[in-house]
Amino acid sequence: MKKTVFLGALTVASFAAGLASAGTLEDVQARGKLNCGVTTGLTGFAAPDANGVWNGFDVAICRAVAAAVLGDGAAVEFTPTTGQTRFTALGSGEIDVLARNTTWTFSRDVDLKFEFAGVNLYDGQGFMVPKDLGVSSAKDLDGATVCIQTGTTTELNLADFFRANNISYEPVPIETNAEAQQQYLAGACDVYTTDASGLAATRATFENPGDHIVLPEIISKEPLGPLVRHGDNEWGDIVRWTLNTLIVAEELGVSSANVEELAKGTNNPEVNRMLGTEGNLGEQLGLSADWAKNIIMAVGNYGEVFERNIGETTPIGLARGLNAQWKDGGLLYAPPFR
Amino acid sequence: MTTLSDPHQDSFKLSQLIYDSRYRSMTIQAVALAAFVLALGWLVNNAVVNLAAAGKDFNFSFLSVRAGYDINQRLVEYSSDSDHLRAAYVGLLNTLLVAFMGCILATIVGVAAGVLRLSHNWITAKIMTVYVESFRNIPVLLWIIAFFAVLTESTPAPKAFRGAEPEATMWLNDAVAVTNRGTYIPAPVWGDGSWVVVVTFFLSLAAIVFFGRYAQKRFERTGLSLPTFRIKLAIFAVPAVLVFFVMGSPIGLEYPALKGFNFRGGFHVRNSLIALWLALSFYAGAFIAENVRAGILAVSKGQTEAAYALGLRPGKTMNLVVLPQALRVIIPPMISNYLNLTKNTSLAIAVGYMDLRATLGGITLNQTGRELEAMMMMMLIYLVISLCISSAMNVYNKSVMLKER
Amino acid sequence: MTNSASHDHAYVRDEMLSEMAPPPGETGLVHWLRDNMFSSVSNGLLTLVALYAIYAMLAAVLPWMVLGVWNAGSLSECREILAAKYGDTDYACWAVLSERWKQLLFGFYPQDLYWRPVLALVLLFVALAPLLFDHLPRKLLIFSALYPFVMYLLVWGGSVWVPLSVIAGFAIGYFASKIITPVAGGLAGTIALFLAPVIWWLFLAGPIAGLFEDIIPLSIEAVKSKTIGGFMISIVIGLSGIALSLPIGVVLALGRQSDLLIVKSICVGFIEFIRGVPLITLLFTASLLLQYFLPKGTNFDIVLRVIIMVTLFASAYMAEVIRGGLAALPRGQYEAADALGLTYWQAQKLIIMPQALKISIPGIVNTFIGLFKDTTLVIFIGIFDILGLTGAIRASTEWNGIYWELFIFVAVVFWVCCFSMSQYSQWLERKLRTDHV
Repeated sequence: MKKTVFLGALTVASFAAGLASAGTLEDVQARGKLNCGVTTGLTGFAAPDANGVWNGFDVAICRAVAAAVLGDGAAVEFTPTTGQTRFTALGSGEIDVLARNTTWTFSRDVDLKFEFAGVNLYDGQGFMVPKDLGVSSAKDLDGATVCIQTGTTTELNLADFFRANNISYEPVPIETNAEAQQQYLAGACDVYTTDASGLAATRATFENPGDHIVLPEIISKEPLGPLVRHGDNEWGDIVRWTLNTLIVAEELGVSSANVEELAKGTNNPEVNRMLGTEGNLGEQLGLSADWAKNIIMAVGNYGEVFERNIGETTPIGLARGLNAQWKDGGLLYAPPFR
Repeated sequence: MTTLSDPHQDSFKLSQLIYDSRYRSMTIQAVALAAFVLALGWLVNNAVVNLAAAGKDFNFSFLSVRAGYDINQRLVEYSSDSDHLRAAYVGLLNTLLVAFMGCILATIVGVAAGVLRLSHNWITAKIMTVYVESFRNIPVLLWIIAFFAVLTESTPAPKAFRGAEPEATMWLNDAVAVTNRGTYIPAPVWGDGSWVVVVTFFLSLAAIVFFGRYAQKRFERTGLSLPTFRIKLAIFAVPAVLVFFVMGSPIGLEYPALKGFNFRGGFHVRNSLIALWLALSFYAGAFIAENVRAGILAVSKGQTEAAYALGLRPGKTMNLVVLPQALRVIIPPMISNYLNLTKNTSLAIAVGYMDLRATLGGITLNQTGRELEAMMMMMLIYLVISLCISSAMNVYNKSVMLKER
Repeated sequence: MTNSASHDHAYVRDEMLSEMAPPPGETGLVHWLRDNMFSSVSNGLLTLVALYAIYAMLAAVLPWMVLGVWNAGSLSECREILAAKYGDTDYACWAVLSERWKQLLFGFYPQDLYWRPVLALVLLFVALAPLLFDHLPRKLLIFSALYPFVMYLLVWGGSVWVPLSVIAGFAIGYFASKIITPVAGGLAGTIALFLAPVIWWLFLAGPIAGLFEDIIPLSIEAVKSKTIGGFMISIVIGLSGIALSLPIGVVLALGRQSDLLIVKSICVGFIEFIRGVPLITLLFTASLLLQYFLPKGTNFDIVLRVIIMVTLFASAYMAEVIRGGLAALPRGQYEAADALGLTYWQAQKLIIMPQALKISIPGIVNTFIGLFKDTTLVIFIGIFDILGLTGAIRASTEWNGIYWELFIFVAVVFWVCCFSMSQYSQWLERKLRTDHV
């Protein structure tokens, strides 16, 4: 008798599924919500607050896409994913975009059939050690116990690094950042390794951050970015150009403070094209003309997003480094709006 | 009248398939089989269509690709150059290890707690009640995490052993080091001629079994009992020790010592293993304790009293009268407790113990993106383990069951 | 005679001695202590060791717990307060609970709608009462039957017409069989009984519910199952799993008992397969594989997928529990049913099942407790249950680094629920036992 709740729900679900055959953009617009995959919790990148509102650097990407498509940065359903479940969630259509500090690699792009929309953070795997360990280089770590987070590229990089340098180590795989942090603080591992941004975020929350140092070696390239499914290029374009909007807006000096003003028209044609006062870029994407303005209104430009969530004023305190604009010696180089 | 007893030979009607009880069961079976095959075919067909749509295929060739990751606890040779199949094998052995150790400890803990819960000492009985109720009513996952956290927080880090006046010292004359990375114990070093000692040891084990049978027969024949325990102990120890010294102490011990960041040498029993092992054992032990208690209570008091009346001492009463009868009640639920414990080893994920799920169903699955193949293989392996345990235990159960004649 | 006897023998007392107080050592606390704790030297030692162990535990934990801080906005603030108060920070920081307890219990469920799950929980006890305590009026069972729909509506919200249209399926099946049986015979009636509702649910229920919703909008605010989390999701998954698995479990148990070889082997195969693999692999199946096995394009949310897998999981265990109940029935019950000339299904419905299910209730409750505890495993597929939320809370900048306070809270919540359920099941077992002696 009680089986029918299930059947009823299944019926409803299968009707919902009937709708889900059109393009992702139409789906999202019909739904009125963007389904966005994030981590189950990583300080500065994605974590829910006491009211269940998600915040963080990756979350901002989701909100920006929602603002572009739906005009409302709050129209996002967040799906927490683990290292294990993230790709399946995206592949099965459960989420429309995955913004979960995911490294862009060949096999993920080609073999797993995803499309990376760009890079929102240039990162690399580093090591953190307590100061009193007396280690100044990762090459001195022969025989050390290393805490790693599983389900990431981290463990492969680590194996390669130690193998290439012909030194031994003892891996301690840990499921979540919080657990790894506890292990490291208790001295159960000598070294904690993850992306340098993650190390900084973790170190920031220690009682005495000064007692720990991040070693100079960065052993891998970790271009992190949002990704979508293969095959829906219109949707991929939207996510890609949402990311580019954030970056170009910073480059052109468009911020959440002045976007209202600039949207009335400026004498910089690129700003005009981007904000929709000139040309029809929004229409070409299948969006409204003020899509880029909505993005900036909702989350600000790249610099603002960075500073608000992981920048030097936050407890995480990351410097821009590689993530500065190309004009400032960084790697952020978005194609022009033309 | 004849029409009543004579079945209709000539006219077989289609409705007989349903209304005639001779055919009905066949009809039902045919329908069930058809439905089952159809359902299965539907699932397989969906899988084929979906795989094709996703541009994936179904093959196990990923197993022979280089794994590329390291595993800390390996019972067999493995490096990051080995293939995924080897990694899965290492994981499987780790799963079996913790399951085996867990079943043994859980039995010990469970029997002890079950007996002590019936103890006349009020406070002991109450403590055991608290133990049983708290472990039974809190998820095992939480216990695993808690044990791991306690081990991490309450034991010293290796650096505490360093320096002229270390904060922590090794145990048992510098033989055992308990750290928050695990416990280091001396490992045997096999020198020349050590095989003689090992062979002697196994021979004496066989001798103990033979002696036990002989003593039992002698007891049944003559009624005279030998001091079996002492003799067995002697057979166990004396030949092996003698040969050990005759061969010139071929087996040495390698002691762990603090070198560099960690202790080196000896066996390293990692905290992830210890935490998982203890948590699973104590969790399962709480359930076993309840079964043991129920089993002992199920033996009627008259049996004990009769044994006392025959002049048996309490120990013999327990061994010869109560336990054999209680076992019949205890064994069947014990099987499912062992099964549960084995299946719960898959929670190793919570403490980073590299079991089958962490290797094949974790990193391998994650790096290769072969969910379907990896998950099916993993389920199959767990299924085989479970079936082995339950059939082994069922054989044992049959041997202790009441033989009805 | 008695009188004279008492007169003849002067030494015979003719009134009872008044009761004397027992000797001082045989009564009160001293006696109890000696009897229960110090009856022998080894016993006494055991007591002392036990007492010391308790003392050591409490001495280590109690100050930490009792002196904790309940009011702070973040862990660092909490540590400052502790440092100012006691000079060191080695005490609990319960403030995380006072700030986040709602989230731990309800997940991200909209705060202004908390009354709905709470009401659903209260109604649950009303619905369960007639099943658990058999002296209550039987009419309440109607509410029990309707409860799943009420719960669905309260938790997920949405149009009232959806559950109503599902209920309508039963009525349709009933009437279809009533109409068709006299026309086309019992078999066709039985087929109609099952087929008509299925057709209704698959093709008509959705559109018709939508139609009614358009004509008479009657709905409460819909809540996405993604927002359900915390302890609430354990209850939702556990309850749905157990309720849905009951009918499947009955079928499987009967199949396993049956003489039909194929039916029996399918049932045995299913039960042994499910019981042979860990729940976590089934959960991964729900999260990673299920969409491979469903028609292309089908995609329903992860909570529903988990409920499906948990239902399959629980039904195998349920089947074993019910099989135990069937086996415990005296053989005579089956034979009596046969002697009365009842068909198989009549016998099951009228004689076997009512008794077997009653015997099985303690086992069902135990299965539920096990399932309920196992729902914590959903954190591994990214669902924020109460244990998963502890991780999310620790990932926020305010509470990064907090540990035991959250785990203790989770442990206490689970313990209270599971312990009370197991006490009920034990009480029931005792009661059932006396019934049969």
